Amino acid sequence: MSVDKETVAKIANLARIAVSEDELESTAGELNNILDWVEQLSEVDTDGVEPMTSVVAAALPRRVDEVTDGGYRDQVLKNAPASEHGFFAVPKVIE
Amino acid sequence: MSNLYQGATGDWEVVIGLEIHAQVISESKLFSGSSTKFGSEPNTQVSFVCSAQPGMLPVINDECVRQAIRTGLAMGCQINLRSVFDRKNYFYADLPQGYQISQFKDPIVGEGVVTVDLEDGSTKDIGVERLHLEQDAGKSMHDQHPTMTYVDLNRSGVALMEIVSMPDMRSAEEAGAYFKKIRSLVRYAGTCDGNMDQGSMRADVNVSVRRPGEELGTRTETKNVNSIRYMMLVIESEIRRQVGVLEDGGTIAQETRLFEVATGTTRTMRSKEEAHDYRYFPDPDLLPLEFSQELVDKLAKEMPELADAKRDRFIKDLHITSYNASVLVAEKESADYFEELLAATVAKTAKPVSELGTLVSNWVTGDLFGALKKLGKGITESPVSIEHAAELLNLQVDGTISGRIAKEVFELMLETGSSPETIVEEKGLKQVSDTGAIETMIDEILAANADKVEQYRGGKDKLYGFFVGQVMKQTGGKANPQVVNQLLRPKLDG
Repeated sequence: MSVDKETVAKIANLARIAVSEDELESTAGELNNILDWVEQLSEVDTDGVEPMTSVVAAALPRRVDEVTDGGYRDQVLKNAPASEHGFFAVPKVIE
Repeated sequence: MSNLYQGATGDWEVVIGLEIHAQVISESKLFSGSSTKFGSEPNTQVSFVCSAQPGMLPVINDECVRQAIRTGLAMGCQINLRSVFDRKNYFYADLPQGYQISQFKDPIVGEGVVTVDLEDGSTKDIGVERLHLEQDAGKSMHDQHPTMTYVDLNRSGVALMEIVSMPDMRSAEEAGAYFKKIRSLVRYAGTCDGNMDQGSMRADVNVSVRRPGEELGTRTETKNVNSIRYMMLVIESEIRRQVGVLEDGGTIAQETRLFEVATGTTRTMRSKEEAHDYRYFPDPDLLPLEFSQELVDKLAKEMPELADAKRDRFIKDLHITSYNASVLVAEKESADYFEELLAATVAKTAKPVSELGTLVSNWVTGDLFGALKKLGKGITESPVSIEHAAELLNLQVDGTISGRIAKEVFELMLETGSSPETIVEEKGLKQVSDTGAIETMIDEILAANADKVEQYRGGKDKLYGFFVGQVMKQTGGKANPQVVNQLLRPKLDG
């Protein structure tokens, strides 16, 4: 598996990361190095092996259905660049 | 009934699939402990988890899992004892995480089939492909400020069930019937309130057209349709548009469209195609969701009676018409009201349910629904209590008042809020069943109308109604019709 300049530009756009035109080539190279390195894993024969989701035998923790959180709007809004009337205020988004 | 759409150049077949988003009934959100209550002040039901502050981890709400299982059972679907949560990545101002936690490859509920009722009395099986659990996003408001969008995260993280159908529907009517069916199932199962005004249920509508027997055409998806009427408008407008494009030699673009209420049509959403590259991958914050078959069996055993079973029971045990039964079970609240009233009437009259089913069901679907419609109220806002309604029906059953007077008393109950017994007492509406009094009255009427008696005996049978009318007139409608008939007929035929 390898990526080209167009793929890098597309992924960067999807991830909202600015990658300038002259960085595309070198970024593609770096990404391909990572992919090649991970690709080594495919040398191991994993036929019939269940995918492992955790190194310890753990079950998904559950929560009972109770209201135990929320109700601190000031703290939630504190780091927002802008807020008005209790809302987050962001540059206008129109679909 | 043919479902084909007639174009200018021949027939077209319509293929429709629905993705229904149903908000889970739960106290708190899918992965956090903040409240799901509707209509609170903005951002007051937001935790550090649902606002995606750094380092916060999701912990799943057990009840949301049970609700999804119950819904799967109600739809007769396969329940998957192991499912996996994935991240669906996209950027939008009301999605603080930058991804939605959803289920992609391994959903909690798999395939099933629901049977829908169509207007011509036939039924059709519609396949359910899957149901998966996911988080809702926040709410954006674009019209409150000239240059800003306001974001409220109260809804962010609330549990949704996305119910995906097979592309089995062939007309707007079938799609509407399927939606109604799913809404009824979730409401009876108690897993979603089905309240479309508050956005608790909404659908993405997939439509394509093809020549009968050919391969599937390219589909379009219209997002977030929040009423059955709009959904049917979307489908009809998409059929017209797609057939128009194809018949003019064009092609359909696979795209997302928006419904415009003002024009009743759809338009292209301006988002770029690549916005749909969601780059799903398993959420590393969450282990697979696993539960036992015992849990599924237990939930299945505790399931409340669903609409179809209730309707069949009404017909079989209560001997009520299939029409009345269908009307009563259409909304859970109506069925609940009917059953409570029936129980109360049984208690008052000491008669068996099978004898009262017809009377009570006719009264609820006729008198009560008629009055509520006039008042513009729903059954839960009924101005007449179960207690008063049962009293009214009891007065009718024990012969204190006639059916006609009962309607009059009901009108007065609506106006005054008084109990029917008080109204009957105060207005002197008690039915006269005293044979002596009625007999005297009949004798007087026959004497005063000797000419008509002659005509009747001469073969003018229709005059019988005239004599009954006279008795009713003199008693103000209170004479017991049965007693009048018993006495009048032999005297006239005399």
